[in-house]
Amino acid sequence: MFAYTGLAIIYLLLPVAIIILFSFNKPTGRRNFVWQQFSLDAWLHPFAVPGIASAVELSLVIAFLSTLVATVLGTLMALALVRYQYRGKGLANSLVFLPMATPEIVMGASLLTLYVSIGQPPFFPLSFTTILIAHVLFNISYVVVTVRARLVGFPGHLEEAAMDLGANQWQTFWRVTFPLILPGIIAAALLAFSLSIDDFVITNFTAGRTQTFPMFIYAQAKVGVPVQVYVIGSIIFLVAVLSVGITTIAGRRSAQT
Amino acid sequence: MTAWLRRRRGIAPYLLLAPGLLWLLVFFAYPLVEVFLASFWSGSFERGYTFSLSNWTNYRDAITPVLPQLGRSIAYSLAATILTFLISYPLAYTIAIRGGRAKNLLLFLVVAPFFTSFLLRTLSWKIILGDDGVFFGPLKAIGILPGDFRVLATPMAVVAGITYNFLPFMTLPIYVALEKIDLRLVEAARDLYAGPWKRGGLVAGAAVGGILAGILSAIFGWPVGVVGAAAVVVGAVVGRLFISESFVRVTFPLSLPGVFAGSLLTFIPAVGDYVNAEFLGNPDTRMLGNVIQNRFLVQQNYPQASALSFILMGGILVIVAVYARVLGTEELTTGRR
Repeated sequence: MFAYTGLAIIYLLLPVAIIILFSFNKPTGRRNFVWQQFSLDAWLHPFAVPGIASAVELSLVIAFLSTLVATVLGTLMALALVRYQYRGKGLANSLVFLPMATPEIVMGASLLTLYVSIGQPPFFPLSFTTILIAHVLFNISYVVVTVRARLVGFPGHLEEAAMDLGANQWQTFWRVTFPLILPGIIAAALLAFSLSIDDFVITNFTAGRTQTFPMFIYAQAKVGVPVQVYVIGSIIFLVAVLSVGITTIAGRRSAQT
Repeated sequence: MTAWLRRRRGIAPYLLLAPGLLWLLVFFAYPLVEVFLASFWSGSFERGYTFSLSNWTNYRDAITPVLPQLGRSIAYSLAATILTFLISYPLAYTIAIRGGRAKNLLLFLVVAPFFTSFLLRTLSWKIILGDDGVFFGPLKAIGILPGDFRVLATPMAVVAGITYNFLPFMTLPIYVALEKIDLRLVEAARDLYAGPWKRGGLVAGAAVGGILAGILSAIFGWPVGVVGAAAVVVGAVVGRLFISESFVRVTFPLSLPGVFAGSLLTFIPAVGDYVNAEFLGNPDTRMLGNVIQNRFLVQQNYPQASALSFILMGGILVIVAVYARVLGTEELTTGRR
């Protein structure tokens, strides 16, 4: 059983190892598929390829903004879906879950059709705004699910107790509910950020000419992906792993105090 | 503000829901309606489109030339879903039931690959599965494999890519379902039915192996007889040794909601995927996703592309409904009988 698990883990991490390994490659020509020799060139000049810096920058900005908006909207929705009973709750629930069950291509295609249907040619310009809208859209559902999971773990007793002691709804929220669900909100934000940075299909449909980092990779894939892409990919991976590590350790520390 | 909130508690949830719900309605629900409408357009991208019901022919014109791709999307996704299930279930089982303190670490390792770019992961497989690459190069040099053996640019590579990319989607729901199981039930079952499920395990393992081999051979064009026989034998051995009666009667049924969720979370995105087919396949392995992407972004043939998207969505809904009916939704969504 454990041998199998070990094999499975190796299988899962193998591509990651290859990515990191090949970021140290020095390929002859554009294609980075065969190991030639060890080199730190790409690491020393990660933005040497034209277009890569702006693509990474765009990805980061969009990820940051869409995470912000989606986390706020999603947290509010999670609160509404867990802490209250009302008509239409089931419907709202379904609407939140539906995007997660829809293939990305359908979501991207439908957004594109929306943009195209607004007015006459040359139609709604595909650019930063259109990408941002799309990213917020698919992130909302994931934020709701993550925050909701955290909320469900704290049935309303604590809030009721606070209100019995004289706090009004506003104070109860900020002093009791919010600190309790903060780990959930942070987890949701991290999830939304990583989903946004990595998104390709939906972005591809709604971006037009502007390029995010995944779109840059896709465009380069036909002629040969430069080594710098592997470098940046490795950096993103390491940063993500570190963030998760830090948040977990911090979470454990605060749980102890 | 606060006194108002307390008096009007009735509308508080609606206020909280409003911004997010509005976003979802405007940018998700309504566009889907638009896609439906767009499938009845005629005209062109430069000059504008007009709507007309008589354009239902768009559907026929769009789908007829791409029936092979549609079939491929379903077949590859089905194969990938089955493969992810076979790989994920034992993994999720080990982590949930034998994981102990290492559970979180193991789960993290399962999810960790997702911290790299989806495109880079797929390209990475291109390196690993390369004709003379890390894996096959040495094997060919020794002579185990014939010189012209290749995996890249074949359906096998595409399915392997899809399987890999969606593995966590299958593993996590199964893990969650298994973790919730009260182990005392399993202990009680062990007391009642001791040990391996002798005859049953043999038959079940053989059957699963046979069916799997049949499906995969049909898709990849392997020689059914040889592969089928081998799979039946391997399946029988695995079934006899590893599957206990308590597993079949208690654990597996209780984990079904997780299996259901996992299969859907794997199959649905896989059916629409086109990156795996593009990076790891060849022009003959193109899936419906490739076609839709092409129609929208390259040909800018919005009416036909919308028709295809709608067919894809409709197909998924039908498959999900049938699947849910087969497994029984009440149990699956609530986990209770």
